[in-house]
Amino acid sequence: MTEFKKGTRQFWIPYLFLLPNLLIFVLFVIIPAVQGLAMSFTDWSVFSKPNFIGFANFKELFADEVFLTTFRNTLVYSILTVCALVVVSLGLALLLFHNTIKGVKAFRAIFYIPSLLSMITVGIAWRFILGDEMGIVNFLIRSCGGKGVQWLTSGKLAMLSVILVSVWTYAGYYMIIFISGLQTIPVELYEAAYVDGASRWYSFKSITLPLLSPTTLVVSILATINAFKAYELILTMTKGGPGYATKFIVQQVYEVAFLEDRMGYASAMSIILMLMIGVITLIQFKGSRGEGENE
Amino acid sequence: MIVVILFAIIALFPILWVALSSFKPQSELFRIPMRIFPEQWTLENYAEALLRGSFQIYFRNTVFVSVISTIITVIISIMAGYALGKYVFPGRNFMFTLMLCTLMIPLQVIMIPIFLQLKRFGLLNSLWGIIIPPAATPTGVFLARQYMTTIPDSLIEAARIDGGGEWFVFRKIIIPLSKPIIATIAIFSFMWRWNDYLWPLIVISKSDKQTIQQALAGFVGQLQVNWSNLLAMTTITILPIIIVFLALQNFFMQGISAGAVKG
Repeated sequence: MTEFKKGTRQFWIPYLFLLPNLLIFVLFVIIPAVQGLAMSFTDWSVFSKPNFIGFANFKELFADEVFLTTFRNTLVYSILTVCALVVVSLGLALLLFHNTIKGVKAFRAIFYIPSLLSMITVGIAWRFILGDEMGIVNFLIRSCGGKGVQWLTSGKLAMLSVILVSVWTYAGYYMIIFISGLQTIPVELYEAAYVDGASRWYSFKSITLPLLSPTTLVVSILATINAFKAYELILTMTKGGPGYATKFIVQQVYEVAFLEDRMGYASAMSIILMLMIGVITLIQFKGSRGEGENE
Repeated sequence: MIVVILFAIIALFPILWVALSSFKPQSELFRIPMRIFPEQWTLENYAEALLRGSFQIYFRNTVFVSVISTIITVIISIMAGYALGKYVFPGRNFMFTLMLCTLMIPLQVIMIPIFLQLKRFGLLNSLWGIIIPPAATPTGVFLARQYMTTIPDSLIEAARIDGGGEWFVFRKIIIPLSKPIIATIAIFSFMWRWNDYLWPLIVISKSDKQTIQQALAGFVGQLQVNWSNLLAMTTITILPIIIVFLALQNFFMQGISAGAVKG
């Protein structure tokens, strides 16, 4: 480490190295974040002068049926997606962690590939696959004598389809994180448990899960933030429909801000979204710490 | 083993199905019974997509944005990572924490004030509006900083004793030693910018400045979707990312595990 004492000729050098990055951060993240908070208390629109209106936007939000629906949808989608993702990606990691299967590396790569695609292309691919009349999934169901399923055009199923596709997309990504978490657990622990005659389930429950909990926390926080950001997938798969069945907050924010030009009101929605992310992350932190204390 | 193969099929099938279908002539696309492989392979859909002038523009815009933004990201992340990892100065921890905090503020939450900020700077409807703001990424800084702490101080000291200035040390010692992390940051940055939808959506409204993701979203949103064309364009969009991944797999895997678990 190099230390330049204040007052010496070159104390400003590290700041110079930081400057370009910091400048962009301040201009395009920090200032907008503060401004967004301020805007949520105004009736801002692009072409008129903003007036301070206190908590009026927030009051209106809690009576706004469409917003409340998107709020509920976002919450349901996020919780179910995060839970399913943790289970599936941990499962995949356990399958591909030991080098017992030939071509482990190739399989890891295959599972990882979907997470490389943009959500727009993922949505297009799945809309093509899940189409009512012309999708291959319904073709297969029909040729087995079943009835076509309305994957994207019936309310509850559309939500389920969106969740499943999200899991399909990200499971391989979180699998990699879980695998590197599993690699930090000392093998001796399993050997000792084996010698003591512990069953595989028992050593999973009392060695793997507790020692993996920091990784599980990271995965669930990343997955939560990701889930709350969901927009592109819905846009291409269902457009938020049928009705409002799969409309999430981000889509509502975009429409209210840029199509209805109610920027202050939409900012208030963004603040609620930010608070949701914060609260859920906090709960996850608390939850994992509580678990740790019980051990 | 069987379970693993089954999951692998589930992971790959949708992508293969899109790619294979893009080689089917329109008449065959939705014909029942469906077949996995085209009966009659055709490049018609690709020819139509590529010859369409607008698609060439979208493609060119996307390449330009992804490449330039990646170069900027690499340079400023390595610089910031070097400052945070190799210097002691007042406010260092504060700045590092500040950058990590921005990880918790997704674009989705601040898109409205960002739009206004870009408007103020005259960056709306300009490709620079999608290039500059996302170039500063906390993940990039974080990865670079972690990597810098592994470079021995003695190398830097030696270069200084030989009379190298700070900028010389950075260029001749740090950059050559940082090649692996430069590659990792470059790959991720390129992928993020290539796949971006929300940034261009906020910044760009003129059609000659749009990116491919925007164009694809537009095509699939139409009432009558021309699937044959759309599938060809989707395949072209996916292809560069998959090629980069297959060629440089190890960097990907390192990037995720280093970035996520230590984070």
